[in-house]
Amino acid sequence: MNTQTTRRQFLLGSGAIAIGFTLAGPAKAASAASHDRDGLVRVTAAGAPADTTQSWLVLTDKEITVYSGKVELGTGVQTALTQMVVEELRLGVADVGWVQGDTLLSVSQGVTAGSKTVQNGGIQLQQAAATAYQELLHRAAAYFKVAPEQLAAENGRFYLNGRPSGRSVTYKKLLKSGVTVRPVDQTVPLVAAEDYVVVGTSVPRVDLPAKANATFRFLHDVKVPGMLHGRVVRPSGRNATQPVIGGLDRAKAIAGFVDVVQRDRFIGVVATSEWAASAAASSRTGITVSWTSGAKLIPQADLPTAVRDPANHYTSVVEIDDDVAPILAGADKVLSSQYFSPFHMHAGMGASSAVADVRRTPDPETGVQATIWSGTQDVNALAGAIAPLLGLPRSAVRVIYVEATGCYGHNGADDCAADAAVLSQAVGKPVRVQWTRQDEHGWEPLGGAQAHDMQGAVGPDGIIAWSHLNYAATANSRPVAGVPGTLLAGALMGLLPAPLPSTSVDTSGRNAPVTYGFPQRVEARLLKSFETTGPASAVAASPLTYRIPRTTALRSLGGFSNSFANESFFDELAHAGGHDPLELRIASLTDPRAVAVCEALRPMWRGRPAGGDGTGAGVAFQQYEVVNAYAAAYVEVRVDPATGKVTVTRVVVAHDCGLIINPDGLRNQIEGNVVQGIGRALKEQVSYTDDRITSVTWQTNASNPGYEVMRFSDVPAIETILINHTDKPPLGAGEPAIGTIGGAIGNAIFAATGKRIRTLPFTPDRVKAALAE
Amino acid sequence: MPFRTILLNGKEVTAEYQAIGSGASESSEILLYWLREQFGQHGPRFGCGLAQCGACTVLVDDVPTRSCVVQLHTVEDLAEVRTLDGLSHDEKDPHPLQREFVELQAGQCGFCINGMIMGSLGWIEGRIAGGDRSVPSEDEVKAFLSGAAPGNTRNYICRCGTHTRIVAAIRSAAEEMAR
Repeated sequence: MNTQTTRRQFLLGSGAIAIGFTLAGPAKAASAASHDRDGLVRVTAAGAPADTTQSWLVLTDKEITVYSGKVELGTGVQTALTQMVVEELRLGVADVGWVQGDTLLSVSQGVTAGSKTVQNGGIQLQQAAATAYQELLHRAAAYFKVAPEQLAAENGRFYLNGRPSGRSVTYKKLLKSGVTVRPVDQTVPLVAAEDYVVVGTSVPRVDLPAKANATFRFLHDVKVPGMLHGRVVRPSGRNATQPVIGGLDRAKAIAGFVDVVQRDRFIGVVATSEWAASAAASSRTGITVSWTSGAKLIPQADLPTAVRDPANHYTSVVEIDDDVAPILAGADKVLSSQYFSPFHMHAGMGASSAVADVRRTPDPETGVQATIWSGTQDVNALAGAIAPLLGLPRSAVRVIYVEATGCYGHNGADDCAADAAVLSQAVGKPVRVQWTRQDEHGWEPLGGAQAHDMQGAVGPDGIIAWSHLNYAATANSRPVAGVPGTLLAGALMGLLPAPLPSTSVDTSGRNAPVTYGFPQRVEARLLKSFETTGPASAVAASPLTYRIPRTTALRSLGGFSNSFANESFFDELAHAGGHDPLELRIASLTDPRAVAVCEALRPMWRGRPAGGDGTGAGVAFQQYEVVNAYAAAYVEVRVDPATGKVTVTRVVVAHDCGLIINPDGLRNQIEGNVVQGIGRALKEQVSYTDDRITSVTWQTNASNPGYEVMRFSDVPAIETILINHTDKPPLGAGEPAIGTIGGAIGNAIFAATGKRIRTLPFTPDRVKAALAE
Repeated sequence: MPFRTILLNGKEVTAEYQAIGSGASESSEILLYWLREQFGQHGPRFGCGLAQCGACTVLVDDVPTRSCVVQLHTVEDLAEVRTLDGLSHDEKDPHPLQREFVELQAGQCGFCINGMIMGSLGWIEGRIAGGDRSVPSEDEVKAFLSGAAPGNTRNYICRCGTHTRIVAAIRSAAEEMAR
């Protein structure tokens, strides 16, 4: 196929422009979805009622529209999912419309997270597209009065008895008459991998041209008629109480000021312009709020001790319980080490925003009373949490996803949406809320701090026993339907969050188990984020009192810290046993695909710097979630002995995520994982006191530490080795590589300096101190 | 209410702006909000409000400027303001920077790229105007975007990790711009 043509058609396709949000009112949008007019094929969820407004796919003679429950978070999945749909429809390349994450129109595909969009969501959309194709085939067979087997489709046209000699008919013509609504059919066949035309090619991102010329509309650009602007004013500290608002006269004097809204500890201002709202919310020019300090948080400096303190745990989870104690007791060479990672932020480029339009009465046609535009990862969960916050039934809340800044997990998007909803309900007008950078950095739910007690035994044949005790903050405070206290606004209004999770398996315990062949014991002890109703209780005590900042899902959840500890400790054991770290990994792995990504690094590893002179190389391996994509990383570093500054100079990632949908999109994701992984290993950490987060800006200044992330000058050359398996299912690629980076860098620092540093981040001060030991 | 007239992407436009106080205590509407609300500009975006990330970058009299911290009363009448919105809307005929960002797929979420495109536009045009038609080296581009170059102390943040592609796109575009 002609790739140049492909590119142009995708660039010019309506998909490139028509994405983003629809501002059609609920009624209009609903009737657009129900499509009672003649001439369409609609695929709905299996078991859905006949009159459902939710679709997987709608084909008319005018356009083909995908209604994706999975949403584009800035990772390129719209392009990849479109490729998968187009392939099943035998369209070659075509203009495919895209509606995503709308509780009224799209079938729920759950949360968009955990590298599951292509892996799960793509497969569902494929099946929906294949269902639509069967209907088209059926119509074509009727048109020619032949058996379906006599037809073949290509580029939106059916050919009789093979192309190009026979007669043909376009989809467009077949779609002109008749209405077919079909539930998705799990039994219809899919295109065979060897026949793929579009899947597996580097189709350019459909959204990028519009993003490069300012015609793309982000969530931050959503504007609805009569919309006001809101700002929130947060408590001075995490547990601060009893706000007293002053300076009202000053705020009221600002042209455009509308109202100050207070609901217990939730405070916001509303005005007619963004600047007026920001001026009214500023203690310098608008309202002032004084607070009474509340209970103290566990201070940052105490964390490594406190997270291991049983008084701070509510449960433990034994995930794997091989009988390693006797082996460890009887082995000659046993190592024990302690690792630690701090709190990390998502820190999206754009501070969160949202628009909410909460009416006094429901729309007579749809019953929708509150419409919320949000960059949430889960429109359904958000709608379900906001409804009781507003005192509305779930059916009265519609949440529409609009692409926002890249989020890398559960960031402030949901909380900001709740802020907008509360303010809109209070003033009776649509309100757009824009968080400040300080709101985002100071209050977004964080990636949790973790500590790891590692123990292992090594002999002449390799590692013989392994134990990983993981102390972790919980990795989920996502919105939960029916529990408005899961939203920050709800919590500030005095509502309690959901109980802490009963398990850490694949959340804060993600990738705590290793996939090497030796016996292992893996246990997690889970940290109380807030005071609970008893020592072993996961239920929040009232009033809500935090012990640590709220924690949640950040890219790979516990996987980043768990793999850092695992892969660093593996290196310790390898060196202690006199084994080559890469070869010992290869020898310890049993899955050929795992072995293959490690073997792919051999050329770099064999040519690595000798080490010991301030330069060195390290490797790390991880199979994401133990059962998904395989990633191995080779990293070279340079360590400045005078300053302790670590510079990553080269990264090579070998990656196997099964069938590759879009090679260049995949490389882009891996590169992003590498850069973010280096940042988290070298620079990033949330700073906080026993009262509040202090790293509320990007850059460090005289009064506050910044949340420092990678700068362009910090970024090394990144190479990717892609291993494609067209006969295997596609696996998610948004997170697998990041888990390898912390360990590989730590191992490279060890090779360069002989020093093993077990606490992240590897800041110049920390490295310098280690070098002086 | 006071008003301001600027040359926005070459066109003279006027609008009121909000202000409180006077003299040294004067505080007035932020250029970023004003451009977005009064003139429908979507290229410059609110990232931090602190001049620390670059998402709001516009050119004021050809100088890359963080519009999130510029108050209207400090903007000269008839100042020339250029935004990404004014660069090229035509996907068939984009500016070299826009074309290379797409060609090299130099974006993930794309929220930040307004900053890199407009910032490097001002920087490269400035080099050319000063007689330097050389293509900046990879290190020079990285230094510029890291706020560690002569004449620029402002850092540009990309959080998705698209850095290597962005640097390559800017160098590629610079080659064409200097031609």
